[in-house]
Amino acid sequence: MNARIGYIAHNTFREAVRDRVLYNLIAFALLISAAAILVGQISIDVERLVVINLGLTAVSLFGVVIAIFIGIGLVSKEIEKRTLYTVLSRPVRRWEFIVGKFCGLAGTLVVNTFFMAIGVFGALLYVAHKFSRPDAWILVALYFIVLEFLIICSLSLLFSSFSSPLLSAVFAFSLFAIGSFANDLRGFAGLTHGLTRWLAIGSAYLVPNFSALNVVSAVAHQKPIAGQLILQNTLYALLYTVGALSGAVLIFERRNLK
Amino acid sequence: MPAIEVLGLEKTYMVGFWRKRPKRALEPLHLTVEEGEIFGFLGPNGAGKTTTLKMLMGLVFPTAGAARILGKEWTDPEVKAQIGFLPEQPYFYDYLTAHELLDYYGQLSGVTVMDRRRRIPEVLSLVGLTDVKGVQLRKFSKGMLQRVGIAQAILHNPKIVFFDEPMSGLDPLGRREVRDLMSQLKQEGKTVFFSTHILSDAETLCDRVAIIHQGQLRGVGEVEDLTSSVQGQIEVLWHGPLVPAAIKAIATECHVSGDRVRAIINENQQDAAIDALRRERIRLISITPLRTSLEAYFVEKLQRAPIAEQTRVSTAVGKGL
Repeated sequence: MNARIGYIAHNTFREAVRDRVLYNLIAFALLISAAAILVGQISIDVERLVVINLGLTAVSLFGVVIAIFIGIGLVSKEIEKRTLYTVLSRPVRRWEFIVGKFCGLAGTLVVNTFFMAIGVFGALLYVAHKFSRPDAWILVALYFIVLEFLIICSLSLLFSSFSSPLLSAVFAFSLFAIGSFANDLRGFAGLTHGLTRWLAIGSAYLVPNFSALNVVSAVAHQKPIAGQLILQNTLYALLYTVGALSGAVLIFERRNLK
Repeated sequence: MPAIEVLGLEKTYMVGFWRKRPKRALEPLHLTVEEGEIFGFLGPNGAGKTTTLKMLMGLVFPTAGAARILGKEWTDPEVKAQIGFLPEQPYFYDYLTAHELLDYYGQLSGVTVMDRRRRIPEVLSLVGLTDVKGVQLRKFSKGMLQRVGIAQAILHNPKIVFFDEPMSGLDPLGRREVRDLMSQLKQEGKTVFFSTHILSDAETLCDRVAIIHQGQLRGVGEVEDLTSSVQGQIEVLWHGPLVPAAIKAIATECHVSGDRVRAIINENQQDAAIDALRRERIRLISITPLRTSLEAYFVEKLQRAPIAEQTRVSTAVGKGL
């Protein structure tokens, strides 16, 4: 990897840590502990199911909120505060800056997810007293959640490269909400006719398909995840991320920093 | 080889929300800065100084024109490794300490670990920030941030340093230290290009200055030439309050201030003035050639028509403008 991208990524990660972003882990730890204790007392034979469902959903939501709130400010905050001037007046290319910022935020989310995953497995051990073989699929669900974060990071960066933080947040949250029902949207597109059909199909395939990345329920019910789905989701997430990042780079390369 | 060649850089912004209309921020600018000189870029607020600097730094794209720095295209990343830049009212990552910030900028500029270890304390000491280890920049005053800004601009030992309003936010002592630092950079053979609207700083420091107003270049020349326009007049200062009649008759201006009198007379009347003072047994304090101040030149240029072409500028400089 280009060294300058690494330096920018490291600085972005350091900013997140020093801005106490990882403090969300405390809230997550409290939530998962309380849930485990409560579930242990009131559930009959479904403790495992509830803990996995609740834990993985919390991992996903906490990460999405962090990805959007940090992502939307990654470029716009640097322009607004003029910290970018002393970076881009050095031998740093604009695309390196965007990619470095993305890597820094993605790294923050991976570290965050790692600690939250420990919390989920800890809670699972607490309620089930032991791990079973199907619990390994939780790792696949976590991997899909990380892929989801990559897409959201790149989209937040894309919006951040041309609009205000507020608008970027609205766009990113809207896309996350729509993308979570992407399969339903595609189903709806199949029911329409004429121009509406093409518009609906176009929109359905343009929004990120987060529903394909959500295997929380299947994992909670101890269902295995097909290798083909893992491969498809990996390729899809990488292509979508690269596409959104390329868009961010293209816009940022032409932007005047007034 | 000139250090900086500005070849008709111009900038027009589109303003307005619904009905966009063009607004010219900078008329085509032609300028040459030689290696090793301190060049002042003067102008009132909103004249186009910062726009010019931002274009040279690649932060704003010109509508037309080009520039060459150290003989290369100004957008070449290799060129950027050779230049340092202090933006106006700089703001840095406030969660970092001064050492961490300089280390980060050093990494981006390609400074090796060994050199960073040596240079960071060196430049911090140079700008008078020796006791800031472990202190985050969010706790720094405006003047301290300005010093950090200067430190980051010179950290990687650049050949050319661009300062945008470097004295902004500094107290008189700080301003003097920055002036000394700029002189030191010149002694080290570096080229310093700085924008300011504080004329006394420019007069003290610069080898040459350019004056810009409303996006138009109004004048450029050597400070020595611009301020030594004697115009055949001298200033005579003596202990007053008596003003001899002979001097009254030849003086174009005469002011009594406390126990001193100041008169402006033609150079060829100098002996007559001295004789008149001698006759009256008045103690002479000084006789000095009358110099046009940079301020007077600046005000005059702001009221004049723009200079469009480099060739015209060169001719004008030759004639002392």
